[in-house]
Amino acid sequence: MIQVENLVKKFGEFTAVDHISFHVAPGEIFAFLGPNGAGKTTTIKMLTTLLRPTGGTLEIDGLDPNEHPNEVRKRFGIVFQDPSLDGDMTGYENMELHAIFYHVPRKLRPERVEKLLRLFELWDRRKDQVKLFSGGMKRRLEIARGLLHTPKILFLDEPTLGLDPQTRNQLWTHVKHLNQTEGVTVFLTTHYMDEADRVAHRIAIIDHGKIVAQGTPEELKQQTGANSLEEAFLALTGSAIRDEAATSADQLRQVAKMWGNRR
Amino acid sequence: MSVIYGLWLRELKRYVRSRAQIVASLGQPLLYLLVLGFGLGPVFQKAGQGNYVQFVAPGIIAMTVLFSSVFSGMGLLWDRQFGFLKETLVAPVPRIQVMLGRTLGAAAVAVFQGLLVAAVCFIAGFRPVDIKALPLVLLLMGLIACLFAALGTAIGSVIENIQGFQLVMNFLVLPIFFLSGALYPLNNLPKVLGVITSLDPLAYGVDGLRTILIGMSHFGLAADVSVLVLVATAFLVLGSYLFSKIQV
Repeated sequence: MIQVENLVKKFGEFTAVDHISFHVAPGEIFAFLGPNGAGKTTTIKMLTTLLRPTGGTLEIDGLDPNEHPNEVRKRFGIVFQDPSLDGDMTGYENMELHAIFYHVPRKLRPERVEKLLRLFELWDRRKDQVKLFSGGMKRRLEIARGLLHTPKILFLDEPTLGLDPQTRNQLWTHVKHLNQTEGVTVFLTTHYMDEADRVAHRIAIIDHGKIVAQGTPEELKQQTGANSLEEAFLALTGSAIRDEAATSADQLRQVAKMWGNRR
Repeated sequence: MSVIYGLWLRELKRYVRSRAQIVASLGQPLLYLLVLGFGLGPVFQKAGQGNYVQFVAPGIIAMTVLFSSVFSGMGLLWDRQFGFLKETLVAPVPRIQVMLGRTLGAAAVAVFQGLLVAAVCFIAGFRPVDIKALPLVLLLMGLIACLFAALGTAIGSVIENIQGFQLVMNFLVLPIFFLSGALYPLNNLPKVLGVITSLDPLAYGVDGLRTILIGMSHFGLAADVSVLVLVATAFLVLGSYLFSKIQV
């Protein structure tokens, strides 16, 4: 479903993603783990047509996102790591616009929107502008919105960041259900090892833009002789705390992109 | 089609909900109208040019449409900042539809804002020669609005941060306004200024409005409309192209 070979992304001199390769089979739940600034979000952006790679090849359902962006966009849904809601619109309007974007038939829209807003306990606040929502509510709305249509591939970029355990549980139950009943392929990134352990069929660990290990949770534990996935993760990526590398990378990108460099 | 409509409606809803912004954006045109209109009025009259409020009102209306449409078009920058842009960029719809929806929405907001200022002008004493020409006025305002909303979208697609906004304001939008002849007649200008003015698309918008509203023409209405249609089309094409190339 997803094929990545020797994928590279450079922002000026900074290499955010450094020759990574992996495959995700149809119907698989694939977790992408890594410390802050490891290149997870950059990879997702390239897979979802938001960034053009510097080198390597990409295929989503047999299609190159750069050659057929619109065809590829029809095949996936995404929950972003950072906010992507319209604060001036109400919760309901955000959902409605998304349904239009993703060609949810007009007749089905009200029913589906209501179902998801209720599932994530936002129905009572549907008429409020999103800028009045709390952080957790915004996050829940992002997730509810991402589940409005049933894509072939669902990208979840740190979907549970800042969520309470109840909502997290709700989300993963729903995602697993989608995976089992509809065969949706799931590509997720997370910081919570227990979540990856619980839902993912296979895991890739990325650090400094390179994939350092790949396999089932069991394989990774065996490979490192660790008892838990958390220990395996630390064994593979080191236990030193990182600077927020994403911040400097973001700045580099800004500078590089502001003055030309657009392709 | 419903994507274009959905995004168009979004721009309008956002506009209606930002009441403070509506009031604030009336401030500047009002200032120009009252201070310049009544301040320069006596001099203008002495120079044998007639009533200055009458002369400047079409210019002020054009200015309102210019500012409102460029800034609404550049609303893209805020969507980038707050993240909503990503949502529209990964959607499985042609980006040209996203661009058109936003741009036409921005243009509609600008036309509405222009009408508000026209009403204020009327209260301040402005009297158009022929009230029946209103549909034609709307058409011209629509053209000006589409032209500059598309320009705003094009700029918003290229610059990435809100700091760039000031740059655009000072080096593009204000010159476009001041060189358009919104505040002074284009007849008998120094040669260089005359040439520069004829390169300013807003000059044709102001001239068109003035032709219809007070029967005073410099380029001729046919030329005004042709230039506006041509440049608006060019900017829509340019804006669509740059918008389709956005990376986040």
